[in-house]
Amino acid sequence: MTISPVAAELRSEDVSVWFGERQVLKDVNLTFRANRVTALIGPSGCGKSTFLRTLNRMHELIPSAGLAGSILLDGKDIYDPSVNPVDVRMEIGMVFQKPNPFPTMSIRDNVLSGLKLSGLRVDNKDELLETSLKRASIWNEVKDRLGEPATALSGGQQQRLCIARSLAMNPKVLLMDEPCSALDPGSTRRIEATIEELSESMTIVIVTHNMQQAQRVSHETAFFLADENTPGGVVEFGSTEQVFGQPIDERTNDYVNGHFG
Amino acid sequence: MPKEAVRRKLGTGVLNRGDRLFFGITSAASYFAFILVALILVFLIAQAFPALKDQGLAFVYGSTWEVTPEKAVMQIGPMLYGSVLIALLGVLLATPMAIATAYLIVFILPKSPAKLATNLIDLLAALPSVIIGLWGVLVFTPIAQGWADFLHKNLGWIPLFATDKGTTSLNSSPFIAGWIVAVMIVPIITSVTREIFSQFDRELINGALALGATRWTVFRRVILPTASGGITGGVLLGLGRAIGETVAIYYVLQLSMKINFFQILEPRGGAIASWILSRFGEATEAEFHGLMAAGLVIFITTLVINLIANIIVNRAQPWRK
Repeated sequence: MTISPVAAELRSEDVSVWFGERQVLKDVNLTFRANRVTALIGPSGCGKSTFLRTLNRMHELIPSAGLAGSILLDGKDIYDPSVNPVDVRMEIGMVFQKPNPFPTMSIRDNVLSGLKLSGLRVDNKDELLETSLKRASIWNEVKDRLGEPATALSGGQQQRLCIARSLAMNPKVLLMDEPCSALDPGSTRRIEATIEELSESMTIVIVTHNMQQAQRVSHETAFFLADENTPGGVVEFGSTEQVFGQPIDERTNDYVNGHFG
Repeated sequence: MPKEAVRRKLGTGVLNRGDRLFFGITSAASYFAFILVALILVFLIAQAFPALKDQGLAFVYGSTWEVTPEKAVMQIGPMLYGSVLIALLGVLLATPMAIATAYLIVFILPKSPAKLATNLIDLLAALPSVIIGLWGVLVFTPIAQGWADFLHKNLGWIPLFATDKGTTSLNSSPFIAGWIVAVMIVPIITSVTREIFSQFDRELINGALALGATRWTVFRRVILPTASGGITGGVLLGLGRAIGETVAIYYVLQLSMKINFFQILEPRGGAIASWILSRFGEATEAEFHGLMAAGLVIFITTLVINLIANIIVNRAQPWRK
């Protein structure tokens, strides 16, 4: 199997989100360009993680969840009634805040778990295994211990394993929900380097609380904010350089310079 | 010259009076449980000794039970075998039911129906076994007999569902006893499994779903393997109860000293505890010791099964240190 990922453009149009009666996001319009890294920043509770979960239909797994608007993957609405959410999640991968390798599986089985979970078949599993681990920059550390349980790895390694697991599904888009918040600075640096390499072959959206990280890894940045008792939304969206260097909105300026949040 | 490090004795120091009291009470309680089990074992061995000495090892595997004032031949083989067979049948029937119920309660049902289902199942556990036995013989047996007829008619060529020549009505069989035992242990296994499922790390489930898993593959590949050790623990708790089950089986099973190996639909089977119950009332001195020996055998069987179970559970979870 050859890896020939095609990065795709992902776009949200007038996305609003509810939990029960409570609206948490209002009219989010963002375009995530192919092969670009976009950072979503903003104070806790502003809805950025929730928004991220609408992008691969993980949001709707919460029983009271509601949504309006549409998410377009290369122009096609992923919430269209004819679309199977399982297929969406195979095309749009996700890495979570806390590393969550499957504890019963070996390192090898974790990387290939997506195939089993989705019923996909590939001809050359070993090649896919190696490629995925290499793309996640963890191959050298684990190549001699592929049969060991994934839980034997350090936190940072586990997170890169989870990235490799997503990559094995060959996604067009990778969503990352504060992927480094539970990691030490060394592991964080390595994952950031991985993100940069990955952006050559896919579109990446990353939620982060770390302003330096957003500046280091992203091309574009969206600043989310929710005022008290009002749903969250995008205050400013532009190139990372502009959002951090010359923010247009005063609230963005205050946030990126650490005045609140 | 570097000084040699002297290791200090750790775990010393003044103990708070409250802690001392607490420590005393908890250790007394745990010793009490241990001593109680030991005393029961001693009592059983003492009472069983005359019979075991008389009957020899054949007590465990032989299949004759004849007690006359002159001579007593007491062998428990078919009952011991029957106990294990029925317990296994019960566990086999109960486990999928319990896992499915627990899955439904934890992952599918909204809060209030889930609570209702939990309460109903716990209520089932609180029913006295004599009630379940009566229900078994009056209500359930006629129904299960229909299932037995169906199995025999369609799958009778499999030895498991074959019967002796001339057997007409398929009641009072290990099959029915197995179902009754299953009803009694479903609540135990469900409650343990429910507990494990409700503490399940949702991040693992999310991780699987984000990879394109379906509900079924999440269950099959993530939830079940991760929870299997704990579920096995619940199953073994159930197995323990199933082996010792007495009254309910006594009602629904035809006890027989003619051993029934695997014809589970045949109206003939065994269960040690039920056997003790059926003989105890009119037992002579010699037979009393025989029944005590039967009790000892059950005690040891349960102990051995628990031991094996512990090994299985530990081996099943190599990722757990």
